[in-house]
This record gives sequence, structure tokens and C-alpha cells, in this order.
Amino acid sequence: MSSTTQTTQALRPDRKKSRLHLDIIGLGIALVMVFPVYWLVISALRPNREIRSYDQTLWPTSITFDNFVRATEQPNFGTAIQSSLIVAVTAVVGGMIIATLAALAIGRFRFFGRKALVLIMILVQMLPPTAMLIPIYAQLNAMGGIDEYWGLIVVYLVSTLPFATIMIRGFVVNIPVELEESAMVDGCTRFQAFRRVIFPLLAPGLAAASIFALVNAWNEYLFAYILINDNSKYTLNVWLMTFTTERGTDYGALMAASTMIAIPVVVFFMIIQKKMATGLTSGAVKG
Amino acid sequence: MSAADTKAAGPPVPVPPVPQVTGKSPHDDAPRVQKRKRKKGELLPYFLILPAIVAIAAVYLYPLGKTVVMSFQDMGRRELWSGEPAPWVGFEQFTNILGDSEFWWVTFRTIVFMAICVVLTMGIGLLVALLMRRLSTWVRLVLTACLIAAWSMPLMVAASIFRFMADSDYGLINTLIAKVAGEDWLGHNWYLNPIQGFGIITLLVVWGAIPFVVVTLYAALTQVPKELEEAAALDGASAYGIYKFVTWPVIKPVFTMVATLSVIWDFNVFGQIWLLRGNKPEPEYETLGLYSYSKAFESTSFSQGTAIALITVLLLSGVAVYYLRQLMKTGEVE
Repeated sequence: MSSTTQTTQALRPDRKKSRLHLDIIGLGIALVMVFPVYWLVISALRPNREIRSYDQTLWPTSITFDNFVRATEQPNFGTAIQSSLIVAVTAVVGGMIIATLAALAIGRFRFFGRKALVLIMILVQMLPPTAMLIPIYAQLNAMGGIDEYWGLIVVYLVSTLPFATIMIRGFVVNIPVELEESAMVDGCTRFQAFRRVIFPLLAPGLAAASIFALVNAWNEYLFAYILINDNSKYTLNVWLMTFTTERGTDYGALMAASTMIAIPVVVFFMIIQKKMATGLTSGAVKG
Repeated sequence: MSAADTKAAGPPVPVPPVPQVTGKSPHDDAPRVQKRKRKKGELLPYFLILPAIVAIAAVYLYPLGKTVVMSFQDMGRRELWSGEPAPWVGFEQFTNILGDSEFWWVTFRTIVFMAICVVLTMGIGLLVALLMRRLSTWVRLVLTACLIAAWSMPLMVAASIFRFMADSDYGLINTLIAKVAGEDWLGHNWYLNPIQGFGIITLLVVWGAIPFVVVTLYAALTQVPKELEEAAALDGASAYGIYKFVTWPVIKPVFTMVATLSVIWDFNVFGQIWLLRGNKPEPEYETLGLYSYSKAFESTSFSQGTAIALITVLLLSGVAVYYLRQLMKTGEVE
């Protein structure tokens, strides 16, 4: 979000007054947008008696980590972290390799079917989830892939593939072809030229795309819920559902667990935010 | 994974190019690439895309084909577990579904819900993006940080927060309303009346979608040439005139794209309703996606589920084609 701050307002000082009003509106909107996040964190930190109360207050009277303790003591917490990590990391590593290869082809070559491939990649992302969920469930069931990590890994890997490919393609086309060519003139093979010249330049873009894919895999819950029925293989998002039982929901622990799940995403999101903006508005544009 | 799921993390589809004032055309380096192709091996790009094609065919295209096939069969629990071939029933699933008044109610509900969400998201998103240009730098930074914080909430987490805030016993919303409107509101169940329930769901959907819309539209707005706006102002154009004749034409392509994407996403909203209704939405909360899901996994009539999903795909294909044409126009697919 590198914006131009030298706005026209400087030319028209009479606008200065109205800017204060606008700033107040802007802060109001910021408050509304961030409030649910505030409520998440504050509820995770306040004592349970304040949560289980008709009279919710905007500020907590005291801060406690009891909710976090209850959340971590919830059965399968450890295995859920493990499952989420195994599935997400494997899917991202595999997805990045495949996406990079495809992005190099799309970004560097003109070949028959290139445009069709890009169109298909954009189109498949618009399919409704159930159109994929039912046949994938039936197929994995027939192949013995229900309750197995690999079924989920394959689904996550491929579902991040289209976006990752298009995003990395944007970074590929921004690397001048001349660099690669001169490396090859200097005696590099095509693969060496890629490894020594292109890859280092591509690395930041790959990092951004991986984080994006990682966040997607980390956040997914529907396929995880349908494809994994074994409690000890639940991913974190499915594990979150175990806080709701017939006797009600333990909101304090649920908020604490949600906070823990959201923290890595928020951190990653802040890292890639700038990259996303540039990748989306400039990099991903040029073919 | 649908686009709606990834909304919390970021746009799963590339944002259309912001019109560049001084960008070189995407075709500039085309001839060079073309020359390379003839010189080098022509098979190399096909080897490079092979894994991606296999993967996409396996997880998208094959299931899509299977959705079509299953829609003309009758696959239930028995066929699923025994592996027996499901019997062919022709168009029976479709005639059953289209003859069921519930299907038409669900379709109607899906379209109305989508329209409300899209109008709210795009309207508020555009206003906030326009406002952001006029803010002091520090306010804009604060607002951006808040938008990103909201954007980065995983859908599952966001749904938990809203479920808690709208809880009948311990929800903040009831407490606040009770302070103004009286004690009657304590213990109010928002989901008994589907209209109120959808109000909460809409709040969650719109809140989750606004950051992406604002950030994208604001990026487009920064491309509007200041000189043009100043010139228009000097020539005596009103604020609305400047917006209509200078600002809007520049951001229009991006706005159209984001609006089209929102139509598709909000039509496919699944998780927000599913999670707020505790994984088992009542029939009056079913949109097409949930209707298909409950037919398949609750009534274990998988073929009915796929037939409904297929109808949804057909309904959306018009919007998708429109989106692709917009993309082609802006050169994204070049």
C-alpha cells in the first residue's frame, strides 16, 4: 500500500477542515472492522465467569490464561497441531514444485494450449465446493483414502496450485529473459541458468506464494471434516469443533484455541501483505 | 476448497491489472519469446506443465466429470460402501429435483442472499476505498492495519467469534441491545427466525469480504491520475462530476472484476452458514451448496447431491464466462 500522500488537498486548504471529520469516520470504520478480532483476543484472556454471563462487558476486569490452559488440555490438541503441520507443509512443498514448473512454462514459452491452461486454472477455482467434495469423497472412499493424510494432502496441494501458478508466473515474467540468455551464452545449461540465475531472483516470490498456500491449507476445514473421521487425525480446524458438545460451547476455551490458530496466520499475512499487493497489481498482470 | 474459503486469506484469483498509465504493453516481449520457442525444443514446456495438468485433472476435472456421471445414476450408501456399480436412472434425479418446490425455494434464497451480500460488500467497499484517499496518512495506516487484521482471520475462527457474539445466552449483541431496548433481548435466539439468522450470517460474510474489496479498489484508485482530477476541478466540475467522469472510468474494470468474483463467492457461501449453524443447518438455512451437501451426506443420496451441484455449476457458468471475458479484455490471460 505505498500510496501517494501528496494529495490535491494541499492545493485547497479549505478541505483541511473536512478532513478531520473524514478521519473520524475512518477511525470508526477501523474500529468496526477490528472489533471482532479484539473480541476474540479479549474473550480468550478474560475469566470464564465473565464469559458465561448475561452481562457482557467491553473490558475485562482481570486477565487470565485459564482459557488457554483448558484449550491445550482439550483431547487431541497435540495431534491436531501435528496433523495440520504434516498436511499443510507437505501440500505446500509439493504444490510449489509443480506450480513453479508450470509457471516457468507459462511465463517463458509460447506453446499450443497455453492460454487454455490459464483459463482452466482460473475457472476451476470458481467451482462450488460440493461439486468437488462428493465425487472426491466417493473416489477416496473407493481407494481407501478416507482417514489418511495423503487424501487430504492431494486435495490441498491441487487446490492451491492454480493460484500459486498464476502468482509465480507473475514473478517469472518480471525477470528479464536476457539474464537467462546471457547465462546460457556464458556456458550454463538451461537447468544451471535456472538454478543460478532465475531461482535466486524468484525466491522472494516463491516465499510469498508458499505462505499464501500454507495459509490456505491451514485454514481449510470442510474437506478435513469430511475426509478425516479419526479423532487422532483431526486437523486444528476440525479439532475446534470439539469445543461444542450437547452441553453447549466452552466459549472461553474456543476463543483461546481460535487465537492460537489465528496467530501464525496473522504473522504470515503481515509478512506477505506487501508482496501480495505488488504481485497482484503489477507482477501477476504482465504475461 | 472453494473460493469462499480462501477469502479469509487472500484473493484466490489474480486481481485484474490496474490500468497502468505508463506501463509497457504485455505484448512487448512476445516476439522474443516466440523466437525462442522455435529455436529450442518444443516439448520442454509440455514437460513442465505435465505435473500440473495431471494434478488438476485428478482433483478438479475428473471429479467434475464424475459429478456429471453420478448425476445420471442413483448412488446411495449401499453403492458407496459395497463398490457395486450404481444403477443408471437417466434424468430422474433432475426431474425429481426440478419438480421439488424446496429446490426452487433454496435457489431463490441463494440468489437473494447473494445479491444482498454483493450489494453491501461492493457498496461499503467502494465508499471506504474512496474515503481512504481523503484520510490523513496515519489514519489510513491504522485503517489498513485493521482491515488486514480482519482479513487474516481464518474463516473457522471468524465464524467462532460471530457465533459467540450472537450467542443467545452469552452473546455481546444481546447484551448491547438489551441495554437500549430492554431486558427482553437477553436470551434472544437469533436463529429461530431465519431472516434474523441470515442477518448475522450476512454480517459475517460482508465483514470478511470488505478488506479484500477495499484493498483492491484502493490500489485501483491510486492509479487515477491526479492531474486529470485537478484539471476537472479547475474546469468547475463538481465532486460527483469528477468521480463520475474521471475516477469511475479508471476503476471500473477492477470494480467489475471484484463484483463478478463476489457474485461467484457469495453464491457459493457454504462455511459461514454451516459453521454458524453448528454443522447441521436447518432446512430454512440451506443455500444451494448446503442443500447439495445435506442431500449427499445427511440423506446419503450422493447422486441427488451431485445433480444439485451440477445445476449450481450450470447456473454459475454464465457469470464465470463473463468474468473470463473481462479477464481476456484486460490481457490477464495473455
